[in-house]
Amino acid sequence: MNLAFRDIRHKLGRFVLTCLGLSLLLGVVVTMAGIYRGMMADALALPRSINAEVWVVQGGTNGPFAETSRIPGDTREMIARIDGIVAAGSVTFQPVQIDRDGQRLKLEVVGFEPGRPGGPVNLAAGRDITRSHYELIADRKTGLTLGDRLELGRDVYTVVGLTEWNVTASADPVVYITLRDAQDLQFDLTPPEARREAARGMQRTNTDIVNAVVARISPNIPVEAVVFEIGRWKHLSVLSQAEQEAILATVVIKHARHQLGLFMAVLTIVSAVIIALIIYTLTMDKLREIATLKLIGMPDRTIIGMILQQALLMGVVGFFIGAALVSTAKDRFPRHVVLEPTDLGILFGVVVVVCLLATALAVRAAVRVDPARALAG
Amino acid sequence: MQTQNYMNPLIELRGISKHFGEGETRVDALRDVTLSVGAGEVVGLLGPSGSGKSTLLNVIGCIVEPSEGWMRLDREVVYDSQWQRPDLRRLRLEKIGFIFQFHNLLSFLDSTDNVALVLHLAGCPKGEAKRRAVDLLEYLQVGHRKHAMPAHLSGGEAQRVAIARALANRPRIILADEPTAALDSERAGIVMDLLRQLAVEQHAAIIAVTHDEKIIGRLDRIFRLRDGQLVDDGDSARA
Repeated sequence: MNLAFRDIRHKLGRFVLTCLGLSLLLGVVVTMAGIYRGMMADALALPRSINAEVWVVQGGTNGPFAETSRIPGDTREMIARIDGIVAAGSVTFQPVQIDRDGQRLKLEVVGFEPGRPGGPVNLAAGRDITRSHYELIADRKTGLTLGDRLELGRDVYTVVGLTEWNVTASADPVVYITLRDAQDLQFDLTPPEARREAARGMQRTNTDIVNAVVARISPNIPVEAVVFEIGRWKHLSVLSQAEQEAILATVVIKHARHQLGLFMAVLTIVSAVIIALIIYTLTMDKLREIATLKLIGMPDRTIIGMILQQALLMGVVGFFIGAALVSTAKDRFPRHVVLEPTDLGILFGVVVVVCLLATALAVRAAVRVDPARALAG
Repeated sequence: MQTQNYMNPLIELRGISKHFGEGETRVDALRDVTLSVGAGEVVGLLGPSGSGKSTLLNVIGCIVEPSEGWMRLDREVVYDSQWQRPDLRRLRLEKIGFIFQFHNLLSFLDSTDNVALVLHLAGCPKGEAKRRAVDLLEYLQVGHRKHAMPAHLSGGEAQRVAIARALANRPRIILADEPTAALDSERAGIVMDLLRQLAVEQHAAIIAVTHDEKIIGRLDRIFRLRDGQLVDDGDSARA
């Protein structure tokens, strides 16, 4: 005879409501874990989309994501000549904000050289950029579709390809245009600005500036060897893909990551306290019945088992409802929410441990209850 | 017959005392209580509030440890300056049935399971426990309420189910705390008749703590307590 289930069945409404409340709380914990993973995925999405093995940036910097990096455009030709480099391409990164259909849209514009490393490796729809100008590959998160036209700076671009979840660390969608277009967007002056600069006697400056050169290496050459070779040039810094990802994960989103981790820890503690209070209250409601059970000869371990089973069932049901709710609603969140099975498994384990710990107060109260209480009027 | 039982008692206490606290805070709840109750007897425990009735019932029920004395239940010495059995829970389960003032049925179990639980705790298989529980409920004339939850039982029905639970393991000792306090005269009479019938049929000794004048006349003997002392050993009050 399972007393825990009988008790739950007797007060099913209360149990279901408690589980629903708990599921919302645990759902928030699951969401936090999902946002944490999503933030990591977002931060790494752009470098992974470019899929380079080596990032060459301005000397003494950890660019182009963690720090500003500006290097001459012809650096790419120097890098391409190094032994072991299979392909190299120049890239620029430029945040822009545009108004589209009455809404403000923040974008990360990546300039790359079609046919060379730097562009998106996988397209969800459409094709690569094939023309020298005014074609654009956008992430679906922009809301753009194939064939749409988008005004950037003084030019209008046509969407020819779409990517999926290609965003920056701050979750802004990425769009790709040709390097030449990107440099124009960055450096071209409007006619009034050009007239003013001419009036000041300023020469037109060199606009062949890029933020990084990315390269792929022959599988027969160790990455470290190439990194060492490029590192000998003091005016350049070089990072492997792994180093670039590490910088993004540990430096660029460090504070946000810590904030989320702290928030998750606080929420887990709050959940533990709430579960403990619920279990304690449910047990206190049953103290007379527990006294009766002890009086008629029920061992303490059976009573403790009853409390533990109820707490675990509450936690497990709450967790699964919470996880199901978050899985259903995760695509509606403004930020990328990634639910990893490993994370869910760890969280489930934490919930089980929390439930077991949360019963401590209730178990203490149940063990200490005097059987004579059943005889009291 | 009753005299013979009295000579061969199921409940036997000699010089039982119980005090709480020490020094200035010491309270003597029981002082040198000696009594015996035989099989088939239904005796009453009377006394004003604070006289030690509940403490005595708790001592006999092996819930409270006496401070000194000697106690034998169902021919087994259970206390002789200290408990003689480590597992008092098992002792209660096997030898003692409890009937409470407010039935104390488990609200989340139906009548049958309330009774079957005690059998189950004693090691009776689930199916057998249920069958015996239903038989007991039939015997106590509440078989038609075997699937009812306690909240849906009348006071008399609930008390009969509680009695069925107390009798489930065929205990030789039944301790009843105000068993008729929540019942009207008619139902109180029925319950007392039932307890007497059970005492005779199951050769059990029943001690009932009561203030209820309606049932005093139905008791075989009455023990009166005052300030923790037995002022009437029951013989003179034999009904």
